[in-house]
Amino acid sequence: MTKLIEIKNLRVHFDVDEGTAKAVDGVSFDIGENRVLGVIGESGCGKSVTAHSILRIVPSPPARMAGGQILFHPRSNGGVQAPPVDLLTLDPKGEDIRKIRGKEIGMIFQEPMTSFGPLHTIGDQIMETIITHDRTSKAEARTRTIELLRRVGIPNPEKRVDDYPHKFSGGMRQRAMIAMALSCSPRLLIADEPTTAIDVTVQAQILELLRELKEATGMAILLITHNLAVVSELADEIVVMYMGRVMERAPAEELFNNPLHPYTIGLLHSIPVLDGPVVRLEQIKGSVPSPCALPDGCVFHPRCDKCRQGVCDGQEVPELKEISPGHWVSCFPQPGGRGL
Amino acid sequence: MAHYIARRFLIMIVLFFGISILSFVIIQLPPGDYVSTYIQQLETAGVKIDSQAIERLKLRYGLDQPMHIQYVKWMRNILLHGEFGRSFQYDEPVRTIIAERLPITVGLSLVAMLFVWVVALPIAIYSALHKYSVFDYVWTFIGFIGMALPGFIFAVVLMYLVYNLTGHAVTGMFSYAYVGEPWSWGKVLDLLSNIWLPVVVTGTAGTAGLIRLVRGMLLDELGKQYVTTARAKGLSERTLLWKYPIRMAFNPVVSNIGLLLPALVGGSMIVAIVLNIRDIGSALLGAVLAEDMYLAGSIILVLGSLTLIGTFISDLALAWLDPRIRYA
Repeated sequence: MTKLIEIKNLRVHFDVDEGTAKAVDGVSFDIGENRVLGVIGESGCGKSVTAHSILRIVPSPPARMAGGQILFHPRSNGGVQAPPVDLLTLDPKGEDIRKIRGKEIGMIFQEPMTSFGPLHTIGDQIMETIITHDRTSKAEARTRTIELLRRVGIPNPEKRVDDYPHKFSGGMRQRAMIAMALSCSPRLLIADEPTTAIDVTVQAQILELLRELKEATGMAILLITHNLAVVSELADEIVVMYMGRVMERAPAEELFNNPLHPYTIGLLHSIPVLDGPVVRLEQIKGSVPSPCALPDGCVFHPRCDKCRQGVCDGQEVPELKEISPGHWVSCFPQPGGRGL
Repeated sequence: MAHYIARRFLIMIVLFFGISILSFVIIQLPPGDYVSTYIQQLETAGVKIDSQAIERLKLRYGLDQPMHIQYVKWMRNILLHGEFGRSFQYDEPVRTIIAERLPITVGLSLVAMLFVWVVALPIAIYSALHKYSVFDYVWTFIGFIGMALPGFIFAVVLMYLVYNLTGHAVTGMFSYAYVGEPWSWGKVLDLLSNIWLPVVVTGTAGTAGLIRLVRGMLLDELGKQYVTTARAKGLSERTLLWKYPIRMAFNPVVSNIGLLLPALVGGSMIVAIVLNIRDIGSALLGAVLAEDMYLAGSIILVLGSLTLIGTFISDLALAWLDPRIRYA
């Protein structure tokens, strides 16, 4: 598997009035070509900040790139593989990162209702990406835009291309957003909660569309979501994040069948089951700590039912270790436990 | 779009008649009329007037008829003949007085509006893009002073400073030598050397207000999702800022075009008196004090109509600017 992007020990801190919020604190993962990596976690766990950091669109200040690397491997040019670019070293307003945004890495956002500027037509905003990166004529960009809209399932694209965003429904806007993100055939698509703000009936269609497009184009997808059902639909591999750190990482099937981290287990147990006896839904006790005052040791220990005093709440932070091939967990080993 | 324009236009006509009735009623509201005020003036001056003369005066000005008849006559003359009635005070047709003073007011307002935009927009945009910078703080401070300072004090202070520094006395729109003269290059230059002061004075409060408005609006827009989307597409900062958020921030500017005229006329009235400018605001004040009803009513009507036209223009401009309004 060829690696497309490697995130190594990424740290993104926000300087706010209350202190320093460590939104992302040592996150590492990588995505191979044509693979789908799902990142799940509660609101505020740093998954969106991680995704936005890749494109360097985290507003700074207040954010500060506090450390780590994001290595992006460029397209091989006639068999010659150029060395990877560390996106964190690029100027967020500079030309180098702008050539990657939209061209190499496309992004779709959570809020389809506000993702398009209200004063320009959908077509205009998609064409803009094509013209910026591929330097095509306006007519050619328009033809390509209509084709893209058709491909994402917008009926009557020749007409709809000239519509303003307020004439599109939420689901259609998200489709148009996907068309925009794909307009320059990126190698990586970042989908930041792509179905969260959309009706449940349309959610499945959007996910199906993403899967089809992935198969057809060979792009990779970084799927950010808090919805386990969404991630199970699409992802090859899953990263579980909590308070800016990676708790567990495993191939999708392995994670659902054999979750090892107590947080992952808690997440999976908090899904209601339709068949079987009616039981009270399990929940993870306690609430999310303030990102400015993270607990010592394992960040999850105050809420963990397997927490051991003197081990989990010490000064030492558990390392992310490979327990079995491809299955990584960051937890202190339990005595007599299997791995943990 | 045609439907939208037609609807706006119809509403405008209805409003025009509403304004005309209101302005006619309002100027009749104070007790007494022009004749009684006039007689009072004569009596304080020691002149005795018999009741026959009073009746004759009332008959002459049509004041003996009921209010609605007076209104209908007045409106009919305006619509059919463009006659606004006679001013008692000046003993001249109201049309002549308005024709003399309105261009000064409208011209001054337009130049002041231009001044407000040219000064306020760049400052507001820069301040919003460099929030909490030294530049932003300095202009916030200046802006609040500009809003708080009464225009007439500002006018007097400026006149004093200009006279002390250059020896040039800025009063009125023209220097003494050019008053009543036909237009010439000298007169135009003279106008330019005088007009800046009333423009600066009447425009300052508006400038300060617009800076705050556009800065706040732009800061709102800068945080919106579509700005991040545009950035994620790989557009350069300059391109995306001008295309998306800054255009949005122009909305309040455009929707205020119609309201600018009455604000400037109202705000500049005292300034115009201080600066001795024969504009329409000072004429209105005099007419109201003297109960010169046709003059006062006509001025209110004309200003009201100009405001309507201004609002109509800003509605059209808004529809052109924002597609959501066009289809609504």
